[in-house]
Amino acid sequence: MTDAIYSNNLITFLLYFVAVAATIGLFFGLSVLVGPKKSNPTKDAAFETGWVSKTDASRPYPIKYYLVAILFVVFDIEVAFLYPWAVSFRDLGGIGLISMTLFLAVLAVGLYYAVKKRVLEWK
Amino acid sequence: MSIVEIIIRLIIAFGAVFTFVALNALFLVWLERKVSALIQQRLGPTEVGPAGLLQTLADAVKLMGKELITPTAVSRTVFFLAPIIAFLPAPLLVAAIPIAKGVGVSDLNVGALYILAISNIALLGILMAGWSSNNKYSLLGAMRAVAQNISYEIPMLLSLLAIILMAGSMKFSDIVKAQETVPFVLLQPVAFIIYFICSIAESNRTPFDIPEAESELVAGYHTEFTGMRFALFFLAEYTQVFVLSAIVTLLFLGGWNGPLLPPAVWFFLKTYLVIFVVMWLRWTYPRLRSDQLMNFNWKMLLPAAILNLLISSVIYRGGFPG
Repeated sequence: MTDAIYSNNLITFLLYFVAVAATIGLFFGLSVLVGPKKSNPTKDAAFETGWVSKTDASRPYPIKYYLVAILFVVFDIEVAFLYPWAVSFRDLGGIGLISMTLFLAVLAVGLYYAVKKRVLEWK
Repeated sequence: MSIVEIIIRLIIAFGAVFTFVALNALFLVWLERKVSALIQQRLGPTEVGPAGLLQTLADAVKLMGKELITPTAVSRTVFFLAPIIAFLPAPLLVAAIPIAKGVGVSDLNVGALYILAISNIALLGILMAGWSSNNKYSLLGAMRAVAQNISYEIPMLLSLLAIILMAGSMKFSDIVKAQETVPFVLLQPVAFIIYFICSIAESNRTPFDIPEAESELVAGYHTEFTGMRFALFFLAEYTQVFVLSAIVTLLFLGGWNGPLLPPAVWFFLKTYLVIFVVMWLRWTYPRLRSDQLMNFNWKMLLPAAILNLLISSVIYRGGFPG
């Protein structure tokens, strides 16, 4: 039984990739067939509103959102805990409600701390 | 079921899904142009086909005739893969949406979670596109898209939890069944508003379109993509609009429940009504600034979503019917 389900999924997975590859192959194939193929240095340069690009874009770049990404990881994992809880909420009873309230309260305090620490302010 | 039968069923399902993705995108692009024309007191496309309905088809043919330019400075493999990765989740999402009871490609028992998980693959495509283009506009657009998407993800997930709590299941048909008497939009209005705002933000549409703000970033992450590569991003975006509206319909507006008309008709009526509202918002509101956007999410939506979840779980424990 398990084997049958597994092989079904594998077939689905493979067929999906064949389908996507065929669609994209059709798109790109037709495009290459019909479209022009002329290149020149100006066309192949990075677009920069008509100016000649002087610097490379891949150089150190300040990511102000770094702390936001860290916050996201914390909250996303929290939500991963909450989903099974929500599905079995009826069976868990009062204990489930109280424990999750405490869990959410801790996270709310964490969010309050992050806001007070000015994590979410950009200059 | 024999293996041949399974494969035939799968081929039919994929054919249906891919056809739907293409037709839906063609129709929605036309609708978007007509809605914007209506709001700006113009006519919109009129020439090709009845009421300009075939205009998008003509545009698609034109896009096909354009050269696939690969600028010299890009990192080629990632640049090639980016539009494909962005398009990859679109048919997978459509396949998981049931149209009526027992109608549709699949009705997974973790449907809601599956949709949220798969729809984020497109973000990877956007990040790849922005990084590989080696263009400052693309990089900025991709960075903004990532920050915005991961931020709005959390209130979205939390507001969805309130629905799952009430339905006791993540399966779409169960969630719709729980709304047979009263749709969840009336029982969970706060969750509905939060979810709707967040899903518009997730699809990078105005008023949350800073990743592709054309007046400052040219076209954001897809600046360097031409012809069919650009079309793939476009296809993915419009499929995402359909998916978000279909999910809002299923979770909050009672899905295919409705009197007189057949269920599938109700489902599509509600979905395209939501799509119309999404377009209406796009052509009515100006774009938000990056910090306003982040502050709105972390200081308004997230606390509201947490409170909503707590309050609804307490009310639900206190003998709420369901």
